[in-house]
Amino acid sequence: MANAAMAEPTVRPRSFWAGIGQGRHVLGIVFMLPAAIFLLFFLTYPLGLGVWLGFTDARIGRPGIFIGLENYELLWGDSLFWLVVFNTVLYTTVASVLKFGLGLWLALLLNQSLPFKSFFRAVVLLPWVVPTVLSAIAFWWIFDSQYSIISWALIKLGLISAPINFLGDVANARASVIAANVWRGIPFVAISLLAGLQTISPSLHEAATLDGATSWQRFRFITLPLLTPIIAVVMTFSVLFTFTDFQLIYVLTRGGPLNSTHLMATLSFQRAIPGGQLGEGAAIAVAMIPFLLSAILFSYFGLQRRKWQQGGAD
Amino acid sequence: MTRASDEMTDHSSGMSYLNSLPRRLVTTILPLLVFVFVLLFPFYWMAITAIKPNFQLTDYNNYSPLWVVQPTLDHINYLLFQTSYPSWLWNTIYISVAATFISLVTSVFAAYAIERLRFTGSRWVGLAIFLAYLVPPSILFIPLAILVFGIGIYDTKLALILIYPTFLVPFATWLLMGYFRSIPFELEECALVDGASRWQILVKVLLPLSVPGLISAGIFCFTLSWNEFIYALTFIQSSENKTVPVGVLTELVRSDVYEWGALMAGALIGSLPVVILYSFFVDYYVSSMTGAVKE
Repeated sequence: MANAAMAEPTVRPRSFWAGIGQGRHVLGIVFMLPAAIFLLFFLTYPLGLGVWLGFTDARIGRPGIFIGLENYELLWGDSLFWLVVFNTVLYTTVASVLKFGLGLWLALLLNQSLPFKSFFRAVVLLPWVVPTVLSAIAFWWIFDSQYSIISWALIKLGLISAPINFLGDVANARASVIAANVWRGIPFVAISLLAGLQTISPSLHEAATLDGATSWQRFRFITLPLLTPIIAVVMTFSVLFTFTDFQLIYVLTRGGPLNSTHLMATLSFQRAIPGGQLGEGAAIAVAMIPFLLSAILFSYFGLQRRKWQQGGAD
Repeated sequence: MTRASDEMTDHSSGMSYLNSLPRRLVTTILPLLVFVFVLLFPFYWMAITAIKPNFQLTDYNNYSPLWVVQPTLDHINYLLFQTSYPSWLWNTIYISVAATFISLVTSVFAAYAIERLRFTGSRWVGLAIFLAYLVPPSILFIPLAILVFGIGIYDTKLALILIYPTFLVPFATWLLMGYFRSIPFELEECALVDGASRWQILVKVLLPLSVPGLISAGIFCFTLSWNEFIYALTFIQSSENKTVPVGVLTELVRSDVYEWGALMAGALIGSLPVVILYSFFVDYYVSSMTGAVKE
């Protein structure tokens, strides 16, 4: 670099292009261009197109015409749609609560001094790293109606007498897909919360212990309040991903039995792609947006709170 | 923002002397082992099924399902030489590498512009990038399918290479913004005073210092592209263009008889590349995951 600087004349005439190159605002916009083009063309435009499609009767191979709210009126009177909304809310609520509870527990366990701690931490994240579809296929085999390893183990232990019909029965199927989702989600929650736990100074716990606080009180009045901002963000992400889940259901049940595990994303796919009703599928997808917006607002206020909790530092 | 360093600090040993060993065994070690067992069992089951001969697969009376007596490579053989699996594997690698590369280059520029150039409106652009990260593929795939069809790249690998950056760029930009913020601004000022152009500052000062951030973002982008499913399922029709997750599910699963051995071998081999990559860069991976959350 020094050589290059020496070789150049001390006073450079500033050409037009050099001016552009050094100007903060112009250069900023030039640097933003690639990202902006990608996101405007493949994200913002499709988002708008999706909302528009919801108001049309587009089918595969035929651009639709504007039909107003007809798709939404159709969905409003469609009992299957309401069942799917119920399924999605149930799936998201139960899975998120379990992921939070078990994830927090695992994070607290991993935060203690342990032998092979980094090994445990690395291994625990594996379910989150591998492709969902591939681990879901493994769960499909684990939930097999005849040769399930879980059924086999429970029969050997003498707890049940016949194999459990995991994916063929309404309640069992719901529980099974939620279990698979929780299995995949726990590592994300646990490792993120662990990162939060590690920023809590141990001196706070030591001081509280000297004041006679029990371990539950220390958890309730030190750990939990300091962890709240991270919990808010992690759980928002978790809720977002769970609410819009598609892969797991598509692999395990395709919405069955009796549509009891059909989620909004899978119904949207089923109506739009194999069914060819692009307009109706898009309307179902758009119907997810209000739920997602409320989750994002929740996250926003979670982040707001964080600033004063950390003494206003950004 | 000294992420990488203070995450690795271990504050945990502070008061552990208060707990006796038997108590810890019940409250910590035992639950942890149960967690690890449940989280890892599906992988064991995948692996053991992939090398089990067919006659043992469903015969639980004569053979313990948890062990394999005469391991076989038949399923893996079948997968590699009698199906299109190798080409799916190649497609997935090709698409993931290309999409990751495009996303990283784009994100470096965007993050630098937002975080360091601070052009008019950069704060709003930063917020928009964050919001873009929250748009899930499930509400985009229908209009994107029409778009992909409209510009004539339906059923090509190019479609996925161009679409994947829509969820990779927001994430990588957000991550790199955080990383750039942690690099002292004074370094750039020195370079500016010495007469470096913005381009030189970016390439010769900022990027060499951001290598860990770039690795984190790259690994994460690669994994996300590798795992993507709904776009690949919707935009790809022909077998020779499919990715591993789509190929295994749509072509190896036949309605009449499930070949569990081959399916599990397919799932295992399809997971291995990301697991190997992950095992080499655990800390980078963790810091990018938690970094995105902590911002």
